[in-house]
Amino acid sequence: MKDIKIALVGQPNVGKSMLVNSIANSHLHVGNFSGVTVDKTEVLFDHEGYHFTVVDLPGTYAFTDYTIEERVTHQYLTSGEYDLIINVMDSTNLVKNLQLTSELMSMGKNVVIALNMSDEAKKEGIDIDALRMSKLLGIPCIKVSAITKEGMGELLDALIATKELSTQNSKLVFSEPTEEEILNIEKYLAKHKHQSINSHRNIAINLLKNDKATYKLLHSDPIWTELQSIIVKGSKHIELHHNTDDVREAFAEEYLSFNKGVVEEVLTQVPSRKESSITTKIDNILINPIVGIPIFLFLMWGLFQLTFTIGSIPMDWIDGFFGWLGDTVGPLIKNDDLRSLVVDGIIAGVGAVLLFVPNIVILFIGIALLESTGYMSRVAFLLDGFFHKFGLHGQSFIPLVSGFGCSIPAYMSARILKNDRDRLLTLFIIGFMSCGAKLPVYVLLIGAFLPPEMAGNALFAIYISGAVLGLIAAKILKLTAFKGPEEPFVMEMPKYRLPSLKLVWHTVFTKTMMYVKKAGTFIAAASILIWFLSNYPHNATIDKEYESKIENAQSADMKKELANEMQSEHLEQSYLGTIGKFSEPFFAPLGFDWKMSVALQTGLAAKEVVVSTLGVLYAVGDDVDEQSNSLIGAISKNIPFASAVSFLVVIMIYLPCLAASIVFTREAGGVKYFVYLFVFTSSVAYGLGFIAYHIALRFSS
Amino acid sequence: MKTLSECKIDHKVKVLKLNASKELKQRLISFGIMRGTTAEILKYAPGRSTMEIKVGKMKIALRTQEANLIEVETI
Ligand SMILES: Nc1nc2c(ncn2[C@@H]2O[C@H](COP(=O)(O)OP(=O)(O)O)[C@@H](O)[C@H]2O)c(=O)[nH]1
Ligand SMILES: [Mg+2]
Repeated sequence: MKDIKIALVGQPNVGKSMLVNSIANSHLHVGNFSGVTVDKTEVLFDHEGYHFTVVDLPGTYAFTDYTIEERVTHQYLTSGEYDLIINVMDSTNLVKNLQLTSELMSMGKNVVIALNMSDEAKKEGIDIDALRMSKLLGIPCIKVSAITKEGMGELLDALIATKELSTQNSKLVFSEPTEEEILNIEKYLAKHKHQSINSHRNIAINLLKNDKATYKLLHSDPIWTELQSIIVKGSKHIELHHNTDDVREAFAEEYLSFNKGVVEEVLTQVPSRKESSITTKIDNILINPIVGIPIFLFLMWGLFQLTFTIGSIPMDWIDGFFGWLGDTVGPLIKNDDLRSLVVDGIIAGVGAVLLFVPNIVILFIGIALLESTGYMSRVAFLLDGFFHKFGLHGQSFIPLVSGFGCSIPAYMSARILKNDRDRLLTLFIIGFMSCGAKLPVYVLLIGAFLPPEMAGNALFAIYISGAVLGLIAAKILKLTAFKGPEEPFVMEMPKYRLPSLKLVWHTVFTKTMMYVKKAGTFIAAASILIWFLSNYPHNATIDKEYESKIENAQSADMKKELANEMQSEHLEQSYLGTIGKFSEPFFAPLGFDWKMSVALQTGLAAKEVVVSTLGVLYAVGDDVDEQSNSLIGAISKNIPFASAVSFLVVIMIYLPCLAASIVFTREAGGVKYFVYLFVFTSSVAYGLGFIAYHIALRFSS
Repeated sequence: MKTLSECKIDHKVKVLKLNASKELKQRLISFGIMRGTTAEILKYAPGRSTMEIKVGKMKIALRTQEANLIEVETI
């Protein structure tokens, strides 16, 4: 079995992810590079005796290294740890896509071009002569459609053929003065017998257009000083010819005229219905200055209503299932301690977390739809003016909305913001957008205190007030810690597309699996730990004391009451009780009892753990009759309304989870930022929790 | 000199010069906004702080602040 490692490169939204899904077909194995990173995704599959590894790189318009995503892609491509490149293109916009191809052509790696979206091109009356294009560029060009799967076989054949091939030669042709300068440098390199993997012509092009990676490569070479003066002179000449002082602008213009020439030869456009008329029509409504924003708010509201109403149906089944599982497994285990570990620790803890899978799936579907239809950019366009007032950026909207799903991809998608200050600011307030893992806590508390018909609205209000708090926090930070010039706002408004079920399913599935996996590993472990801390040390004298009391009790009710009392006494003198008691005075101004204090602290590990902690803590002190079986019942019985409100406020604002904190630290670029974030969010959470508690006290009394 | 931010909806213009910093210029160029290309003004967002233009087949949103750095002539 031979290995082929392929880098998948293309501009954003050309269908890279979709294509990789289609090529790999059923033997798909998607895995992330390193732990939580979603930088580059690797897909592995086998075909005709070859073992393929495809690396799906973040989309880039050009190698200007303007955004971090562009930097990631550029770095990977210059690292050379792959055999060849698939350059994915949108067939309906060749000229623009070829700009990136031109840059790829001087990298010295074999390229195969996938002319994707050929189904859409056909509809728009565009016909591309792929054979002629292959000849002109010296690169195999294959018409494909990731949706209809047309051309997949040919693409794979071309990949194998190109892998076996020696190096391709770039057929880029430049204007006369540029060619002259390229030749000049080429000759110089040849004269000095310069050894390199890349061709001399490519090196010359890269040097002239100021490519940093190539500079670095030659920097320590003895010929460098002499070469440098030739480069500087050459670049000046080219700049003069283009009447600019920016050689990269000159090269962009060179590429453009070459690409226009190519497209003229290979593309025939049959006049057809106005191609983008549908997008224009939809835009007339969705980004209408008057109704645009109300429509957006309505859609968001709808999403939260759905999350609650549809989500609650399978929740009952899941709840029932874990209740049944506990009842069935329990009697099979003879050892008391072990049974308690399995039933009260693992099953109760993991069950409490899995209970919220339906809600999370719906939320993820909503966000995936926003992203894949092209609506997300419209919202960024609509809201930029508004966001700008708070010192944010229209594109901050994208990480902020992703923050409603999970903070980790949100932190990572903040990379689209180039300016470090803007990015940091966005990173700091992503936590205010309640992530999917906080949802279970909200659902639990809302369910415990409000009638079902209010639940959707309450949830919407929580999310909105989180977002508003975030904006206020942004403004304050912008005026104090993050003063300075802003980042420009330039963004593509992609065509509207019907969401591909497969792609939505794929993203929702992977994200949900991540959640479930967390429940199975991390949270199961945390549940065991919490179970242990809440059951030990076991004080036998309490048992003795109550045993006789219970025996002597008159009625069944008395017996039950005494049993509960005994269990809560056990809990109080357990390790967890000790921790909770120790921190209770600190949280007392917020109205938390020690159980809530503990849940809050375990929640630093992950928000799902808050629910499982409450599950373990309250399940232990609870009876097993039908009504009080569910955690929601236990909460409404044991937690006063005002305390629940302040608990909710604190959950809304404080740190999302350990994994997110790690990603934050990495994305922000230092531990000191994490310390700032911790102090900032914790003090805001504490302050607002305190205020909320006292307001709620007024209302409930 | 006229800039892109001064244009009315539905006008078609030709880009004459990018008065932006080197970095922003590269960004604009990577979106296809460069000397000699034509652009069409499509929409303004509420408050006129952001505008949508069409360059080639691509629709691009940009702030009027940045559009102010793009010198154009009406065609
Ligand atoms: N009509 C059509 N749509 C496609 C094709 N490939 C991808 N898409 C759609 O284009 C959008 C962007 O695709 P995606 O794979 O996310 O692009 P990426 O940003 O390059 O990874 C999605 O809505 C896809 O459904 C294709 O061959 N034909
Ligand atoms: Mg993608």
